[in-house]
Amino acid sequence: MSEHTVDAKRLLCPMPVIRTQNKAEELAAGDILTVICTDPGATNDIPAWCRINGHKVLDILTVDNEITITIEVGGLG
Amino acid sequence: MSTQPKAVALISGGLDSMLATRLVMDQGVHVEGLNFFTGFCVEGHTHAIRKQDKTKPKRNNALWVAEQLGIKLHIVDVIEPYKDVVINPKHGYGANLNPCLDCKGFMVQKAYEWIQAHQFDFIITGEVMGQRPMSQRKNTMPVVQKESGAGDLLVRPLCAKLLPPTRPELEGWLDREQLLDFSGRSRKPQMALAARLGIEDYAQPAGGCCFLTDQAYSKKLADLWQARGNREYELDDIMLLKVGRHLRPKQHFKIIISREEGESRFLEGYRKQFVHLITTSHGGPLALIDGDVDASDIQLAAQLVARYSQGRSADIVDVEVNRKDGSSEVLHVTPLSPKDIPEQWYI
Repeated sequence: MSEHTVDAKRLLCPMPVIRTQNKAEELAAGDILTVICTDPGATNDIPAWCRINGHKVLDILTVDNEITITIEVGGLG
Repeated sequence: MSTQPKAVALISGGLDSMLATRLVMDQGVHVEGLNFFTGFCVEGHTHAIRKQDKTKPKRNNALWVAEQLGIKLHIVDVIEPYKDVVINPKHGYGANLNPCLDCKGFMVQKAYEWIQAHQFDFIITGEVMGQRPMSQRKNTMPVVQKESGAGDLLVRPLCAKLLPPTRPELEGWLDREQLLDFSGRSRKPQMALAARLGIEDYAQPAGGCCFLTDQAYSKKLADLWQARGNREYELDDIMLLKVGRHLRPKQHFKIIISREEGESRFLEGYRKQFVHLITTSHGGPLALIDGDVDASDIQLAAQLVARYSQGRSADIVDVEVNRKDGSSEVLHVTPLSPKDIPEQWYI
């Protein structure tokens, strides 16, 4: 298991989802991916993308305007 | 081909592609979705920047549709290759800067490349004959098939019976009798089909999904191209056209003024790339200056920003000017009155 980060600050959806998707494709099941973004829509879209593609959202943390979403990459990644 | 046929559906987030996908899924085909991000897509989140649009659902409709259908969705960034479609459309533009026929051909071509790379069998779109003036006419639908390279691997389930049989139909992967013959601009058949399939919630039917079909947006893009003397653009350029009040007081610069807090927050992300102005004596907008400006230009821009601040009726408003090199100064300016702002400044 390894940990990775995607910086998607200032990007509007769907770019944070695309960045997350492209990074997840490089990772193995069980890897942890942390996505940092500022578009509030990502709090809906990244979990939706995870549900569709078999990944698991571990945590969503919002501090001021910055959102940190932690994902465990699933076997379908 | 595998035992179970595999198709990829172009998912826009609207009703038609949702219905077309469902029809094919109901015939036992494995379907996954493709959604292309061109940079011009109208996203709920772009609207959500502005407070007035806060009631709209903050969701990506393509993702939402995929989840409702229970299919995977692959979102593909096509910002770079799409530029050629926008800049050099072989079939020209529609009413605004919308290159709809070239766009459809481009997306089906990308889908065709995708199915070849992923060993899928055919492509589905939600097109309806006669629904769109450029890309969905009887005589242009074959153009998309031909120019994309997809040929008879492109299936339009909602109007398939009005078109020659495709390979999936001829091979028996799809039963042509279960496909439909929708045509024209009426949305009633789609709504009736949605009801029959138990689909109650969907994005606004026939809602525009591309800013290039929007007259005001196209005007701003045309202005950008005209001011620069070429038709190149970057993602930031086209994103900024979606936000704020745009005025061009002189040929060599324009000013983008936020209209509310959400837009100010969005424009803050661009502060380091532009000379930016903020009123300090009164509440007010954040403004970016696009272009190379001298002191008199900045003075004029500051007066404009003051006009859109809470100090618009004050004698003097303090405006902080922040340059790209990090230096800043405060100007004390008289707000422009509305009559001092010619209509032609507004883009």
